[in-house]
Amino acid sequence: MKHLQNALRPAGTVFGLLVLWWGLARFSGIPAFLLPGPGAVARVLVTQSGFLFQNMLVTLVEIGLGLGFGTLFGALLALVMVFSRGLQRWLLPLLLLSQAVPVFALAPLLVLWLGFGLASKVLLTVLVIFFPVTAAFYDGLRRTEPGWLDLAQTMGASRLSMLLHVRLMAALPAFGAGLRIAASIAPIGAILGEWAGASEGLGYIMLNANARMQTDVMFAALVLLAVLTVLLWVAVDMLLKKLLHWAPDH
Amino acid sequence: MSDSHQQAAPPGLEMIGLALRYEGQTLFEGLNLTAEAGRCTALLGASGVGKTTLLRIAAGLAVPETGHVRASDGLPLTGRVTWMGQQDLLYPWARVLENVTIGSRLRGQRADKPRALKLLDAVGLHGREGALPKELSGGMRQRVALARTLYEDRPVVLMDEPFSALDAITRAAMQELAARLLAGRTMLLITHDPLEACRLGHSLYVLAGKPARLGPALIVPGTPPRAPDDDALLHTQGELLRALLDGQTA
Repeated sequence: MKHLQNALRPAGTVFGLLVLWWGLARFSGIPAFLLPGPGAVARVLVTQSGFLFQNMLVTLVEIGLGLGFGTLFGALLALVMVFSRGLQRWLLPLLLLSQAVPVFALAPLLVLWLGFGLASKVLLTVLVIFFPVTAAFYDGLRRTEPGWLDLAQTMGASRLSMLLHVRLMAALPAFGAGLRIAASIAPIGAILGEWAGASEGLGYIMLNANARMQTDVMFAALVLLAVLTVLLWVAVDMLLKKLLHWAPDH
Repeated sequence: MSDSHQQAAPPGLEMIGLALRYEGQTLFEGLNLTAEAGRCTALLGASGVGKTTLLRIAAGLAVPETGHVRASDGLPLTGRVTWMGQQDLLYPWARVLENVTIGSRLRGQRADKPRALKLLDAVGLHGREGALPKELSGGMRQRVALARTLYEDRPVVLMDEPFSALDAITRAAMQELAARLLAGRTMLLITHDPLEACRLGHSLYVLAGKPARLGPALIVPGTPPRAPDDDALLHTQGELLRALLDGQTA
């Protein structure tokens, strides 16, 4: 019963938004080439499903690879900074500098350097997500419950052993929080890359449809992107809940 | 239980000429305290008097400004001391058995599972070795912490108000269990509970004043764990409470 309620609540919200959208398109007098109704968009989703799905897959691969590499890179960076104070002094300014330059400004450059293919989109996604992962994980690694470290020290643990067996484990909930943020913003990188230059993907479709005033196709791509993002977040959330089942607040 | 350390006589713990300042205030100076070999020495005092810091110095977790800590047999203390903090300090991601044997893992050694299981039996947690800490009550968690301390099998045991977070009945049961299982080791127990000190200690000291000084030793007749309604215990408890109150007003 509770599960059903939990599933029905978001469905209700979506339904409400659809009704609002339909009403706005039908009665506001906004022309269809500016705001197509849900019916027109649904028609595109059905009639062009193969084409749309194929491009969605391209974007999904870009996001997935970016999320994977970005998480790995972000986590390693946090570990290195915690383990070596010397390196941390060099890396921290670099990290902040990387966030001072907007990713939007880098997109055309990266496409120029890495081409229209997968690499530029993956790298942009990595650039978008590694910072929240690094920041959250680094914070978690530094804020280990002091008693846990004291105990390990009295048991004769080496510094590396303490990092691997205590600090790393204790930082996992913080890492999870960073990963959830990363999963929800990862599509930004991929779409941005596709806008800057691509021959496939949902972002490419949107740009193309925009130029041809095919607003219904644009909306269809947007709907798919939203679904993709939500599904990605849910998948990451479920994985984290499984991994962090031991945490007291789970 | 085969206790190699216990067969060799445990050393006494000698703290000589300890001085410590904290934020410009002298906590203690020229402090001498000996925990007699194979007996339980209880140290009492109001909050903030420096008891915990004193124990941390003995555990090697803090460094005194002057003075040193040594074993009465002249051998180094490293690897012969175990420490129980104010909380149970169980690692929430590790199951009960892993928590008991965590010292082995931290030192990169093989865990002695049969011995750990026997110790869990001894503290009354038979069959709970697969539980996560969050599934246990406060009293059970403290039992796991005791089993972990016993697993370390060190001749010197330092305890920092280990039962203060428990309710009165659970605390009384834990005191009996700890006294029985840790008998024969050199124990230094810090507590603010006169009854706990009288039940567990062979000799009791009060730490009071600014800078803190040790009062004369109070010797409780009989062997720990003493019954809470023992006449000698009640008499000493009264004496102790008076010494603590005098220390407050001094």
